[in-house]
Amino acid sequence: MAVPIQYNIRNLTLRKSATVMTSLGIALTVTTAIFIMALLAGLNAAFKGSGDPLNVLVLRKGATAELSAGGVDRDSLPIMKELPGVARDAQGQGLVSGEDLLVVVLPRNDGTGETNVTVRFLTPTGIAMRPEVKLVAGRWFTPGQREIVVSKSIHSRFAQANIGDSMWIGKGPWNVVGIFDTGGSAHDSEIWGDINQLSSDFDRPTYNSALIRATDPVSADALKNRVSDDQRLKLNGMLETEYWAKQTSSGSPIKFVGTLVAIIMAIGSCFAAMNTMYAAVAYRSREIATLRVIGFSRSSILTSFVFESVLLSLLGAAVGIVLMLPFNGMTTGTNNPVTFSEAVFSLRMTPEVVISAVVFAIVMGLFGGIAPAWHAARREILVALRD
Amino acid sequence: MTLVSFVRKNAFRNKRRSILTLLSIGFSLLLLTVMMTIWRAFFLSDGSAESAQRLIVRHKVSLAQFLPISDRERIRSIPGVKQVVNESWFGGQYKDDKPENFFAQFGTDPQELFLVMTDFHIPPDQLEAWQKDRAGCVADAELAAKHGWKIGDRIPIKGTIFPLNLELTLRGIYTAPQATETLYFNNTYLDEGYARIKGLVGFFGVLADSPTAVPQVAKDIDAAFRNTDRPTKSESEKAFNLDWIAMLGNVKAFILSICAAVVFATLLVSANTMAMSIRERTREVALLKTLGFTRGAVLGLFMSEAVTLASVGGLLGAVGASGIIFLMSHAPGIGLMMGGVKPNVATVVVAILVGATVGALSSFVPAYNASRGNIVDGLRHIG
Repeated sequence: MAVPIQYNIRNLTLRKSATVMTSLGIALTVTTAIFIMALLAGLNAAFKGSGDPLNVLVLRKGATAELSAGGVDRDSLPIMKELPGVARDAQGQGLVSGEDLLVVVLPRNDGTGETNVTVRFLTPTGIAMRPEVKLVAGRWFTPGQREIVVSKSIHSRFAQANIGDSMWIGKGPWNVVGIFDTGGSAHDSEIWGDINQLSSDFDRPTYNSALIRATDPVSADALKNRVSDDQRLKLNGMLETEYWAKQTSSGSPIKFVGTLVAIIMAIGSCFAAMNTMYAAVAYRSREIATLRVIGFSRSSILTSFVFESVLLSLLGAAVGIVLMLPFNGMTTGTNNPVTFSEAVFSLRMTPEVVISAVVFAIVMGLFGGIAPAWHAARREILVALRD
Repeated sequence: MTLVSFVRKNAFRNKRRSILTLLSIGFSLLLLTVMMTIWRAFFLSDGSAESAQRLIVRHKVSLAQFLPISDRERIRSIPGVKQVVNESWFGGQYKDDKPENFFAQFGTDPQELFLVMTDFHIPPDQLEAWQKDRAGCVADAELAAKHGWKIGDRIPIKGTIFPLNLELTLRGIYTAPQATETLYFNNTYLDEGYARIKGLVGFFGVLADSPTAVPQVAKDIDAAFRNTDRPTKSESEKAFNLDWIAMLGNVKAFILSICAAVVFATLLVSANTMAMSIRERTREVALLKTLGFTRGAVLGLFMSEAVTLASVGGLLGAVGASGIIFLMSHAPGIGLMMGGVKPNVATVVVAILVGATVGALSSFVPAYNASRGNIVDGLRHIG
């Protein structure tokens, strides 16, 4: 027969200070763990959610990133437009966008220095091929003008990124004329401008990349292979979604340091919980013996004390989750090693993150509780009663 | 029995509790030491004397923009500049794209690299062999050891940024004051292998006459290129490295918040232990007072007990931290950034001091309550 749960709850409320201090310690550990998991969840969401399943990204053979030197020759664009499976606009033109990427240095608006930001140069066709990108303020750039449009995150994180401001890119200033929102995709870390204007600035003979829109997901897959196999092109096609998903490696430094921090803190908290539980067991040794005399088995005593420890850590988890709630949705940035520039993302306390945090706390409680509970269950009744 | 041994015996009388407390505080302070060490290496240390004498000159727009190699002679002519070397980031893959096989590769000028990197050492015969081989390269000693490279080995690097694969031969192994995870090859290979960047380089490493000359030299270089189509940004090697760290995100806030969480957790653990330990000894406290110990003496005894425990925890943490830091500096993917992070005496001392302070703070309330307790009630207490 199991010891009533009520017994454990009453005991936790009786030893208030020990309960509060131990669970607060666990709460701090849980908070740290959630913080790191939420960062990674946000980063993953930014990259995994990027790209359209209908879009095929084309790079030079051997290149792994849009920033790679050398790229797609201008002459190859007409060839791609005529490939079977390419979607067409109202005028019957194949939807293919030649694009260029530049990295510029911008000052952050919180005064913490400068960082690299990616500027994508494209045509209105390129914008139309990304229906998830919506204009939220101002207007799109006019082709042939030195105008740029910034993402919402760039707008909020950097100085000089308001409508009416101008930025020095290449050979002169470009005016900010609008702000777009991508709903958290990788384009959230970008600034967009007109490619033909850029070409005249930099005298670039090629595009960095090209984007082809397919009529349906099946032809997107076929297009990808067709581009890679076409002997005239010497290019490599990949699904846009796959390309972005690979860039989640940006999170690896955070993941490594974060996991290390969480594990070390968890070990520390385990020992603290163990200490509290040993004291709880020592304090109640006669009580435990009495329970045994009444007829509770060793295993139910063991279960009861492990449960109490888990309860303690669950309390900590609840406090930890509440402590982290205000940070949910906070925007931050890290280096994307593929583009050498900032990847903007927001902290996301997804249900998975919260569940993992609870599981993490339960594991801490189990580790902290098993030894003391074992100790409690193994004590000889007579010795304990005489204490 | 002296008071010192009284404190020591009491601190460790419940062995299990003391050990658990020590471990708990130790792990927390371990993390604190690691964080402080990283902080110190990133933001406080000035690096080696040689590093303080160097600058990096790059295109003002960004590192991804190239500079013409001809700028090198113009930089050399600027007063205060001793040596200049060009470097270009190749960013290729060795074997595969796994993070453990990642290291930096730079195309550079073998004639002058080691004149600028004065704190790198290479046997003269190896340097000479490299200078004679256009497809030769030199690697950091630790990097060579990690991949098991020997002089004469072939090292193929697959180009990802450039449409060019390098077939390099290891001609020399150099040692640096801190592991660099870097391979240098002859830039002629890149220059001739990919026509589009002929005559262009990534950035320049500059050796100034003295560390004090660095700010002025940086200003003069930038002034010289201000009105060209390739304005430069010159900064000390240290500032350049900090830019990379800053790109990871708000590292300072991250470290500070973890430190705060850790110190607070330590405080809780220590306070909890002392409260438990003091409650158990209510009768003993009363007895001590009957023997003539003043309230102040009792307070002092209990607080010293906590301070002893927490300081030992701090020491344990600092020792453990050295191990973790060693592991981190050899971890795949982040080793490049952690190369300069080494444990030092100051952080160990700080960890112990933090431990001691936390011990004193956490034990004050329970110890004070115990010292104020009524003797008669205390003697009657059934614990």
